[in-house]
Amino acid sequence: MKSSALVFLAAFLAVSASWSGFVLAPQIQLGRSVQTKALGAGDLYPLARPGLARQGLELYRANGCMYCHTQQVGQEGTHVDVYLTEAGTNAAGVIEAIRKYNPDLAKPDTLSELPKKIVQVADVPRAGPVLKALKEGGGKAEPLIVSTGPDIARGWGCRRTVAQDFLYDQPVQPGVRRIGPDLANIGLRPYDADWHYRHLFAPDNVVQGSKMPLYRYLFERRKVGAEPTPDALKLTGDLAPEAGHEIVPKPEARALVAYLLNLRAEAPLFEAPFTPPARKSADTNAAPTTASVP
Amino acid sequence: MTAPSPISSQQIDSSSRLPLFVLFGGAAFWLVLSSVFGLIASIKFHGPGFLADSTVLTYGRVYPAWSNLLVYGFCIPSGLGVGLWLLARLGRTPLARPWLIAIGAELWHLGVLVGLIGILSGDSTGYEWLEMPRYAAMILFCAFVFIGLWGFVTHRLRAERELYPSQWFVLAALFWFPWIYSTAVLLLQVFPVRGIVQASIAWWFSGNLLVVWLSLVGLAAFCYFVPKLTERPLQSRYLALFAFWTLILFGTWVGIPLRATLPTWMPTLSNAAALLMLVPVLGVVAMLVQTVGGTKTACAGGPLCYVKFGICSLVLSGLMLAAAALPQVSRLTDFTWFGQAQNALRLYGFFAMTMFGAAYYILPRVAGLEWPFSKLVRAHFWCGVIGTLLLAVPLAIGGVVQGTKWLNPEILPADVSKATLMFLGLSTIGDLLLLMGGLLFLLNVSVLIFRYYRAVFRVAYAEATAFEPAEVKP
Repeated sequence: MKSSALVFLAAFLAVSASWSGFVLAPQIQLGRSVQTKALGAGDLYPLARPGLARQGLELYRANGCMYCHTQQVGQEGTHVDVYLTEAGTNAAGVIEAIRKYNPDLAKPDTLSELPKKIVQVADVPRAGPVLKALKEGGGKAEPLIVSTGPDIARGWGCRRTVAQDFLYDQPVQPGVRRIGPDLANIGLRPYDADWHYRHLFAPDNVVQGSKMPLYRYLFERRKVGAEPTPDALKLTGDLAPEAGHEIVPKPEARALVAYLLNLRAEAPLFEAPFTPPARKSADTNAAPTTASVP
Repeated sequence: MTAPSPISSQQIDSSSRLPLFVLFGGAAFWLVLSSVFGLIASIKFHGPGFLADSTVLTYGRVYPAWSNLLVYGFCIPSGLGVGLWLLARLGRTPLARPWLIAIGAELWHLGVLVGLIGILSGDSTGYEWLEMPRYAAMILFCAFVFIGLWGFVTHRLRAERELYPSQWFVLAALFWFPWIYSTAVLLLQVFPVRGIVQASIAWWFSGNLLVVWLSLVGLAAFCYFVPKLTERPLQSRYLALFAFWTLILFGTWVGIPLRATLPTWMPTLSNAAALLMLVPVLGVVAMLVQTVGGTKTACAGGPLCYVKFGICSLVLSGLMLAAAALPQVSRLTDFTWFGQAQNALRLYGFFAMTMFGAAYYILPRVAGLEWPFSKLVRAHFWCGVIGTLLLAVPLAIGGVVQGTKWLNPEILPADVSKATLMFLGLSTIGDLLLLMGGLLFLLNVSVLIFRYYRAVFRVAYAEATAFEPAEVKP
């Protein structure tokens, strides 16, 4: 290249191409996204975060939680579990129908422990004939769409994370590395505010072997007033404060935990369908894991 | 570039003295401070209670302090220093308005300081590689444009009209940064866009900064110093042109991870570009082999060693970038230390080492003095090489181990992090060595600058106290 103008032209062409692709195009495609209706119940999704949780997002940002925790659940695919929900009155007919798809379950015991997973198929159309056969046999059956993949198996969510999940976040923090578990759905998991407080105060004490930094600066130790503070930390052993004192979360800790509890992407969407867990019966639960310690 | 001209190299060098002192002096200081933060962040993995009671020094603030000081504190000012010097030298013209450039450089360092305070006090933006808050970003942007402007003016005033490849790279870099930085700051902080588009812009910015900008400046130095130090012509101009075009055309698309929650065409395109980035890397390797091949120039821990190691790191980092673009590999490496290893190779191994090599060549010439501790140049080289490798190699292996463990839902998160501890331990030693290297660099640069001004002061003092004021040439 002999002239400087040509150099600038080259640089301009290159950077404007990627600018159009990765700045302008997503803005056109997604920048005006609004709430959508979730599948099934049809609730609007997502809802704006409540005020305290919104403050908590600022704490999450200021303290750089995203360097160790992602908020991007991955998914490898879905399959459909066909469940028999009601046997009806024609037991023999239903058992015959089951035999066609899962001979091992074609026995009267199956009908006594409903709902029962009969067979797993790849997708909803393939579940059609099974449902039809069971219905013709006299029973009632339902297909459940289940997401699959290692992240789902860890109990990190019921479906993959999608663009819609970040609609109201500013800044969006999808995360960099998984030094700790993914937090996209930490609010859906069985941890309450008290657990989070104790975990932030002394991670190693709550989750054995945790390398999470201590966030003691989010708490204060003070004398117990006329009445103990309701959400004072219930600590035991070395960590317990001396008599007459209590350790209470500062407003920052309350906001951060409110945000964590608000992290819940539980709406099935067109682009990421699944059957919400509420509709599953407890004893037939296929996926939810036992390994849900963070 | 060898044509006889009325102006001597010495005059050009002395015209760029002040701006280069400010740019490199500040860069060396920020580099050391950045390494200190990096070391603190690294130690926290071994003792989560280490400095944990202070809000300011929590991991999530120390880590971005490390990355931002490294990129904005060290990489960009040192890159600007080398770039400006190359524009002046290759254009055979003195640097235009060195005083104003020095003020611009001071402004840049002020912006970095403000940004650092912002990050530590909890004003980080939450976008990786772009954590400095809005008020600091404004200062940085103005300072860059101001410095860049005088770079252009210098280029316009050049006596040597013919362009040398290094000039293409520097000019493109001067143009590139204001564009990507203003887009990112405006659309993420001033008029924030909604939802996931923010993440797309942040990824686009970091890809353009780390892959394109750093490569442009690093390769500008490479194209100048390798032929200069081996005393052979660059082989060849056409390869350089090829590397330039492919770098800017493919590199600018890199940055969006394969698993990003964006429309599928975006990560796919971005990762195809990451694979294609092997093309300019091959071009650079061909240039190095053909230019240096067959010569027996001993590099003896001097600038040439630095530049050669830089290119080796660039190749390795390019291979890692391409590998992680394959779905089979990215399954293991996404969200792990592997990406950090790739960045470490690019930032420390390629860019920083190339800039050190350039600085060790340039600074004594602009100061007109020898290095105060010339033996430390070699010591610094080995600290840099071993430090980079100890940082990057364990993190890359540890990243794969980490990724494999995350794929198995039976393994508890605490056990995943335990499995990476040994690798993190090795990388802490790497951080320590890089800190030592940085200190050696800072020592040499600061003593050099001190000695220069001491000499100036002595002359001025002698003149002031002389019986008859002597006539001095300006």
